[in-house]
Amino acid sequence: MPRVKRAGGVRARTWWQDAIRYGLVGGIAGLQLSLVGMVTTFSNRYIVGDILTLSQAMLAAVALISGYAAARKTHTHSRQMVLAAGALAGLVTGAMLGLLVIVGSLVNLRNVFVNASPELYDLITFGLPTYVGALARTMVSALLGAIAAGTFLLPALPRRIVIQSAVAVVLVGLMADLLRVTIAQWGSISSAFQWLFSGRGLSIAGTIAVIAIVVLGNIYRVRRPATAVKTLQTTRQRQVQIGLIVVILLALPFVMGSYLSEVASQVGLYILMALGLNIVVGFAGLLDLGYVAFFAIGAYTVGILTSPELGFFNMSWWAAMPFAILVAVLFGVFLGVPVLRLRGDYLAIVTLGFGEIVRILVLSDWLKPMIGGSQGIQRIARPTVGGFVFDDPQKLYYLLLLGCVLAAFIAIRLRDSRIGRSWMAVREDEDVAQAMGINLIATKLLAFATGAAFAGLSGAIFAAKLSAAYPNSFNFLVSINVLAIVIVGGMGSIPGVVLGALAMVGLPELLREFAEYRLMVYGAVLVVMMLFRPEGLLPAPIIKRELHETSAPPEPEPEQPTPVTAETAQ
Amino acid sequence: MAILNTKKVVKRFGGLTAVDDLDLEVKEKSIHSVIGPNGAGKTTFFNCITGFYTPESGDIVLDGESLVGLQPDQITRKGIARTYQNIRLFSNLTAIENVLVGLHPHLKSNLVGAIFRTRGTRKEEEESLIEARRLLQYVGLAGRGDYVAKNLAYGDQRRLEVARALASRPKLLLLDEPAAGMNPRESEALMAFIRRLRDDLGITIVLIEHQMRVVMGISETITVLDYGAKIAEGTPKQIQNDPKVIEAYLGQGSVGEAARTM
Repeated sequence: MPRVKRAGGVRARTWWQDAIRYGLVGGIAGLQLSLVGMVTTFSNRYIVGDILTLSQAMLAAVALISGYAAARKTHTHSRQMVLAAGALAGLVTGAMLGLLVIVGSLVNLRNVFVNASPELYDLITFGLPTYVGALARTMVSALLGAIAAGTFLLPALPRRIVIQSAVAVVLVGLMADLLRVTIAQWGSISSAFQWLFSGRGLSIAGTIAVIAIVVLGNIYRVRRPATAVKTLQTTRQRQVQIGLIVVILLALPFVMGSYLSEVASQVGLYILMALGLNIVVGFAGLLDLGYVAFFAIGAYTVGILTSPELGFFNMSWWAAMPFAILVAVLFGVFLGVPVLRLRGDYLAIVTLGFGEIVRILVLSDWLKPMIGGSQGIQRIARPTVGGFVFDDPQKLYYLLLLGCVLAAFIAIRLRDSRIGRSWMAVREDEDVAQAMGINLIATKLLAFATGAAFAGLSGAIFAAKLSAAYPNSFNFLVSINVLAIVIVGGMGSIPGVVLGALAMVGLPELLREFAEYRLMVYGAVLVVMMLFRPEGLLPAPIIKRELHETSAPPEPEPEQPTPVTAETAQ
Repeated sequence: MAILNTKKVVKRFGGLTAVDDLDLEVKEKSIHSVIGPNGAGKTTFFNCITGFYTPESGDIVLDGESLVGLQPDQITRKGIARTYQNIRLFSNLTAIENVLVGLHPHLKSNLVGAIFRTRGTRKEEEESLIEARRLLQYVGLAGRGDYVAKNLAYGDQRRLEVARALASRPKLLLLDEPAAGMNPRESEALMAFIRRLRDDLGITIVLIEHQMRVVMGISETITVLDYGAKIAEGTPKQIQNDPKVIEAYLGQGSVGEAARTM
């Protein structure tokens, strides 16, 4: 019998070839985590007290993920084969780790890999002797791969529950210490939560509680009627929902305590900036790499206008804030005019230059008498309302909340208007947009100006938060971070921007202990996101407008012409 | 009466003269075809009319007003709309959004109106939605407004492009190869549709087309270009029998043969 060949002569891969491929990828990831030292660093970092350390979780995760990926790749085969593929992928991953230990016992790897320590080998081999331990790691990984494949074979709901539970336990476990400290601030009720935590990480009861919350959440989501009653739900229930969200948002600083509030205000600053950049990049499609410039301009404008140290104006923060926005807008237009004719890459380079110009001007000796050069501006006024001073993160949170809500509102309204449509038309095809009667100059300048306004406001609040402005707060990395938030969140999506800021700014702040590996993880997350979910975490939905109105079946040819001449259409 | 007049229009790209001293007169409410071999300068000529290229010399007059030097968006507001040879929809927007963008020149809401969603803005949005639906229905896309443009079938994309062009309420509609990729039956329907555009809406239509069945079937006047210059003009009958046209299409020496087969 002739061998079955695909078009082009490329032979289809068999299930075991796929499984080995994913196993190898998982193994490489495992070796990477081990040899950069992440596995050994976190050997005493418990996720679940005395049971699961972060090190073991990482080693297990590579086997689980490779098993799951192999199962997904081979899903067209029978169940037994899918399970076998998962087990095989896990086996290969585990074998590679085992091999590391065996090679390490024969050759001194530490000359090249500093982290290839006996400690690491102990973690991989569960403390067993070299060969037995390597075999044990291989078998455990194969089992984990099979478990992951089994999870893949579950129906949608239980599968989601299993995956979400695993992710939730790891995340909550990582933040367990932080949560415990936060809860300890609540006074008398805090003791009611102590059973959730063991000395290190979550307690077993706490783990069960986390899983229970995930299960209940999923059941609630399934039980809720999807579409039929939605119209009834919209009025009453939505009011309740919105009210609940408002209460939670307002109460948050009290619940969170000062450290988490500090993180929240950092996230808020980035949300505000990302909402602005989302208009420029997400809506209008103008790639701006110098966005930090407007943030700096906002902060420095407030500084110049309020700082008694400089003594130019000595305004209050509230009086200076509108000027900060105005100056940022003016610079937005000022940058916009020369780059109107540029597209894509060229625009990106020019805006990059603009960002650097602003940073270097701020640092320069030339402007030092005005804005303090590398010393920056100190004693910037803090916003006050009556006798209430926004002087710590817990209070500034409210200012940022107000700013973000306002910015999101404006962004949504603009998106749904004629202006938003013309931005999107320019993003899709600039020439055709112009041929549709859209004034490119006005449209692009408006996008730049709106984006600059949000960043200017963010800068003004930032200056109030530090009560100072230093040039090194406004480096290129801020622009890149904001752009990454917009892209990871989902270009053009407003909830996406908020989630993106929480993930890209909030999580790293909460996981400070990873500081050493932060940029590596950041880079890896970006690569993985762009490969597997290029549209972002919460992509912008296509707005449904027409199907709700017309139920008429599509006709191949129109029969009843409707006059739409220039005279009658108005 | 002529709605569009071009006088001695010249457009050069480096050493190449793409449009050469072109005079064209398009009668109001007529269907006028521009034909010619590949590279004859037809699309370049369209681009000159719509303002994407500025001609080196000559004048283009719409309804007594010169268009030379105006931006494409200003020219659209004067009453010219077009479609493209290779469809150029806003491919990630829905069909209805594409049409709404076409309505842009006729909407007035501004920044303040959009943010506060004033009564005027709301009313304008509602009206434009109704009008956009009507246009979709008119071109035969009723009920497909929520489709993302790039997911529409090829023929539907062509219709949507026409609906978007009509949204700007043009006096003059330029169609660049509307029948490209259509089979004879679809071409037939297209011809009926173009006639209806003219008869119902009173729009003057200029089209570039390669399918001779379509050109000969609906044109009242045909202009033939070769190397950017006009080589013939007249009714379909006159063009069919013009030896210069046959020569341009088929090369020298084939005049006698071609005249018999055309």
